[in-house]
Amino acid sequence: MNVLALDFPPVSHLFEWPDIFFNGTLYAINKTVLIYFAAVIITSIIFLVAGRKQTSMVPAGMQHVAESGINFIEESVVMETIGPEGKKFMPFLTTMFFFILFSNIFEVIPGIQFPANSRMAVPITLALVVWVIYNVVGIKSQGLGGYLKNSLFPPGVPKALYLIVTPIELVSTFVVRPFSLAIRLWANMVAGHLLLVTFAVLSAALWDATYIGAAAPFAMLVMMTGFEILVSVLQAFIFTILTAVYIGGSLHPAH
Amino acid sequence: MLNVLAQTGAGEMLEGLKAIGAGLGYGLAAIGPGIGIGTVVGNAISSMARQPESAGMVRTTMFLGIAFTEALALIGFVVFILLMP
Repeated sequence: MNVLALDFPPVSHLFEWPDIFFNGTLYAINKTVLIYFAAVIITSIIFLVAGRKQTSMVPAGMQHVAESGINFIEESVVMETIGPEGKKFMPFLTTMFFFILFSNIFEVIPGIQFPANSRMAVPITLALVVWVIYNVVGIKSQGLGGYLKNSLFPPGVPKALYLIVTPIELVSTFVVRPFSLAIRLWANMVAGHLLLVTFAVLSAALWDATYIGAAAPFAMLVMMTGFEILVSVLQAFIFTILTAVYIGGSLHPAH
Repeated sequence: MLNVLAQTGAGEMLEGLKAIGAGLGYGLAAIGPGIGIGTVVGNAISSMARQPESAGMVRTTMFLGIAFTEALALIGFVVFILLMP
């Protein structure tokens, strides 16, 4: 594709990778899958190393990283949205936060530079897992009738308005939620990757033409890389906190 | 103008119209959420400045508000990606 005389690669080249192992089979492995494997392994290693038998009372190294991560999820996600009874969801939320964070952060790691979550498969799977969890939690804590009543007929609304409110709540709670959760993560990663590619292509083209001209887009590229680190962390945080909000909404119906 | 347009192939014109639609669509979809996120963050900042002790709670709620508002812009972005020739 030719944009402003630049040889910009078509979008499919930026997000579709050739198979590396098991070519052509259903279990083909490409770069995206390898990044997900790396994210799983890094998350497991951090918590396995941190959770081994302690030699001293003072946390150091990996244990310190894991403890501050858990502390962060506990204080700014669980306690703020669910409350003390949300503690049993801590392992799920913490694992999900670190997994999403590590698969996002490969966006800015030199030599890899691909956010695995810019492919839709894993975000939508995570979102569907979240959908199942908050529905099961809601049915378990309020009963099927109570859960449906509280989520479809929010109290404090005039009777006549239920004609409008109930269909909206039905669609937004049970249909749109998982998709908006997945699309939020996916689209942010796609946008970030496209942004970085655009400035990288621009820098390369200007470097070929005039060496000086590449300075401005390259400075922008460096700035955007910093911004994308922020976005990677923020999206992992937002995915986790929205999960916690949905679970909290199922545990305590709207007052 | 129309004569010039008519001289190009119908396929090319369709591509061009698609590109215009995609660009305009994303641009229009970004207006509302832009204003909305501005309102959310502005009010969050002013309440944090008034009551610094409630900053943690306000920040959490602010990210929630941003996430819900941003969804509209992201849907526009998805349409842009789908329409892009």
